[in-house]
Amino acid sequence: MLAAETAAHGGGAFPVLSALIFVPMIGAVAILFTRKSRPEYAKLLALLFSGTTGAMTLWVLKEFDRGNDGFQLVSQQNWIERWGIGWHLGVDGISLFLVVLTGILFPLAIVGIDPHHDEKPYLAWLLMLEAGVLGSFLSLDLFLFFLFFEIVLVPMYFLIGGWGYENREYAATKFYLYTFLGSAFMLVSLIATAMLARNDLGRVTFDLVEIAEGASFATNTSRWLFFGFAVAFAVKVPIFPLHTWLPDAHTQAPTAGSVVLAGVMLKLGTYGFLRFGLYLFPEAAVWSKPLWLTVAVIGIIYGAIAATMQKDLKRLVAYSSIAHLGFIVLGTFAFTSQAVSGSVLQMVNHGVSTGALFLLVGMIYERRKTRQIAELNGIQKVAPIFAAGFMLVMLSSIGVPGLNGFIGEYLILLGSFQTARWWTVVATAGVILAALYLLWAYQRVFHGEPDENNQTFPELKFREGLVLLPFLVAIVFTGVYPKPLLDRIEPSVDRLLAHVTENSDLVVPEFGTQRGEFEVEHGGEEAGEELETEESEG
Amino acid sequence: MNLLAQADLLPPASGEVLWFALSPLLVLVGGALFLMVVGALTPQWPKGGYAFASALVAGAAGVLAIVNWDDISDRGPTTLVSGALAFDTFAMWSTITISVAALLVSLLTDQFIRDTPNDGPEVYALYLVAATGGIVMASANDLIVLFLGLETLSLALYVLAASNRRSDASAESGLKYFILGGFASAFFLYGIALVYGATGTTNISEMVASLAGNINADNDALALAGIAFLIVGLGFKVAAAPFHVWVPDVYQGAPSPVTAFMASAGKAAAFGAVVRVLVVGLPFYKDDWQPVIWVLALLSLIVGSFLAIVQTNVKRMLAYSSVSHAGFLLVGVEAAAHTAGEAEIGMGVSAVQLYLLLYAVLVIGSFGVVTIVAGDDDATIGSFKGLAKRKPLLAVAFTVFLLAQAGVPFTSGFIAKFGVIQSAVEERSYAIAIIAMVAAVVAAFLYLRIMVSMWLHDADDDAKSVSVPLSAGIAIGGAALFTLAVGVYPSWLIDLSDAITLTR
Repeated sequence: MLAAETAAHGGGAFPVLSALIFVPMIGAVAILFTRKSRPEYAKLLALLFSGTTGAMTLWVLKEFDRGNDGFQLVSQQNWIERWGIGWHLGVDGISLFLVVLTGILFPLAIVGIDPHHDEKPYLAWLLMLEAGVLGSFLSLDLFLFFLFFEIVLVPMYFLIGGWGYENREYAATKFYLYTFLGSAFMLVSLIATAMLARNDLGRVTFDLVEIAEGASFATNTSRWLFFGFAVAFAVKVPIFPLHTWLPDAHTQAPTAGSVVLAGVMLKLGTYGFLRFGLYLFPEAAVWSKPLWLTVAVIGIIYGAIAATMQKDLKRLVAYSSIAHLGFIVLGTFAFTSQAVSGSVLQMVNHGVSTGALFLLVGMIYERRKTRQIAELNGIQKVAPIFAAGFMLVMLSSIGVPGLNGFIGEYLILLGSFQTARWWTVVATAGVILAALYLLWAYQRVFHGEPDENNQTFPELKFREGLVLLPFLVAIVFTGVYPKPLLDRIEPSVDRLLAHVTENSDLVVPEFGTQRGEFEVEHGGEEAGEELETEESEG
Repeated sequence: MNLLAQADLLPPASGEVLWFALSPLLVLVGGALFLMVVGALTPQWPKGGYAFASALVAGAAGVLAIVNWDDISDRGPTTLVSGALAFDTFAMWSTITISVAALLVSLLTDQFIRDTPNDGPEVYALYLVAATGGIVMASANDLIVLFLGLETLSLALYVLAASNRRSDASAESGLKYFILGGFASAFFLYGIALVYGATGTTNISEMVASLAGNINADNDALALAGIAFLIVGLGFKVAAAPFHVWVPDVYQGAPSPVTAFMASAGKAAAFGAVVRVLVVGLPFYKDDWQPVIWVLALLSLIVGSFLAIVQTNVKRMLAYSSVSHAGFLLVGVEAAAHTAGEAEIGMGVSAVQLYLLLYAVLVIGSFGVVTIVAGDDDATIGSFKGLAKRKPLLAVAFTVFLLAQAGVPFTSGFIAKFGVIQSAVEERSYAIAIIAMVAAVVAAFLYLRIMVSMWLHDADDDAKSVSVPLSAGIAIGGAALFTLAVGVYPSWLIDLSDAITLTR
């Protein structure tokens, strides 16, 4: 069976990465066997399984060797041998924190948000979604990645369609079809990649590492292939002009759906660019850099302007996501160590702060049954703690120094300025616009005297506060002391960039003098080669 | 990779008939005769007796095909009855697909016609006869024999389509199918005649030899016209656009289990014939017919997907989606065309066969759910409203089938599509591969529509109650489990399909 039995990491070590995928999956199945009349059992099970998964991701974080820039905790074995498809999982600095974020976000979403009806299928879908998302982040096999990348659509479709708001059917279908269309191109492209790599590798394999390290494609071919992948990722991110599904999906999704969608699912796109786009087709990625920088900057400005004009608080946050992800794309295609590390960090930051924002908007909706900014006012007076929490999260999203958003955006802008100056200059305007739309929204919703409808706005409950707390801690901690994160992200990013430089005509500027206050010390030991031998054994 | 094995590996002693190699066909024919004769002479059998007997016979044929598969693997492929039938793993695979279809459809039919005037051994006997014809089609090594199989299958299907005597729609469906089918058969037969004129033989192996041996440019027109007619006839049978117009009407009007049988066994047989005639028999002209297949694939994908999404009747939706699936299969045939006639036959043929088997199970499951939910009534999309609340397990099964038809990972449908696309990409047919995937996205909208209806809408007040009979439940549950199991653990089937060989 495909259950992982081997782990290349330390011989017979526990295949924790496979477990990360299977535990939520088993949880989802287990929930199906609970009784419908007793939703609390389903909830308990969901919490148990997602909590276990979360704990395991923390264990992965602990086990992660920060000096090692390659894939760690690798689990590899044959699955569909005839087609060269393997069960190959691994984690490196780029995926590590996304995995941890996923592991922590899901239990919080499960505890923090009540679906109001049909708890059993709701929780089962959430756990399926978790398995799919983790699978996507951990896969090191093209086929396997595609499986997970694609399967996450199904639970999300049902979550939006079954537990969303008024216009949910439309939003769910649109979400599904858009993303599926992107994947259609990726599927053809990834098969072509494996088939064409056969010339160099001597056999058909879908193994990412093997293809990326061992195969080379003709310039034109690689550009076509890259674009096949890029379409899928661009839809997922979403990059302007492929973004129109996102505001609908976000607004109509139930709160947990929005949290997960913004928190981790959008990152599948930006992560995909790094892991598959840049790694497999460095030349094409560098070649098409101006295109991506341009659409990224358009996304930043467009998202910000569109957000300013929204009347619906949730839609506003959705558009702000487009702007934030624009920054991440900008950093990715700037090809400097700071910018790419900043992008990776910003993926996590955005997940934390936007996830928390959606959570808070969800709480507002629960209390007032409306998300219209015009109908909310003066909440600060009646619910000061709630307002304070919202304030902090919002400031993090704006990118105020001392909070996590700043670190990511600053690194991205700093890194991009060296290689993509004018784009960066325009993008910086987006930072200012972010302050505009978020502060203005805050002002309208929280300031002033509450009218009679908002007079009775309940204060933050204990349980809600407990759910919100990890988000706030993460926001402040990363803002004040990002070093532990960057220490783990940077080696892998540098390794990726070295791979890109080696295989393209990219000239990376010398950063020695420009690293500034985020100088990161590498752990003395260079364990890269050691891992490579390990991989070949596995 | 699978090697195109040579027919002369095991020359049969002249006059000797390899009875065991023919056993799947004999069992099916014997079963049909038994049902007809004994069924006519005995009073009404106990409940489900006919269905059980028919399923047993179909299952036995499938098992015998598996045993034969082993023999072929050991001793290599050959031909039977003086070169009339090919005895290779390709034929055995088709036999298994068609037998599985007959088995599942028998189970579905059981409760559907029980306690109606239609109950009796006839329908089941016709299934078995049709299955025999289908298997002959897919294993024919001679165009005349292929035509025999085609007519055996078709005539049985015409009657089956009209078999619901209480329903005008069923009668209309049968008549339409009969007239159009007869027309297509005539085309096919004329095509055989012309090809015979060009090559001097109807035997496929001899055809290949004759074309390879003496290239006679004067006969080109004859042969090309013949190929064109053959493609028209086959295009009709596989329900490829633009020869698909009969599909929605016939599928809609025919009793649902019969529709399931047409969509599964009918397709498997017809595609078997396509491979036999074009890929095996006429590789010499592949430059001429390959573009035609390309265009047929394109049209089927587009027409099937786009017309499916505007339908309001679930059976019509599935009918159009079966046109789109035919498009996918033609993509595989197109890929196989690249290597037709070469020693290495590439992945196309295996991918098509794998697709056919997986699709047969899927489509029977889908129509099985339609059978149960709609019964004899019109299967409007409204009748599926709130199915998730009324019959959760049935809704889950239907969801699995629909997702699989859309090609979602961890279902057999994904493996099927992946195989076909992979074979196309391997031969660098990128354009058609991309078109196929985009068509799959369009078609996904249709499956989502049905799912929305099932899961997100509440049932109408006058919705009729749905009950799942045991036999149909077994068929649908088995199909759903198979769909998921193959989705998660496909390598055994892929290994087997990769071992498919063709007699030449």
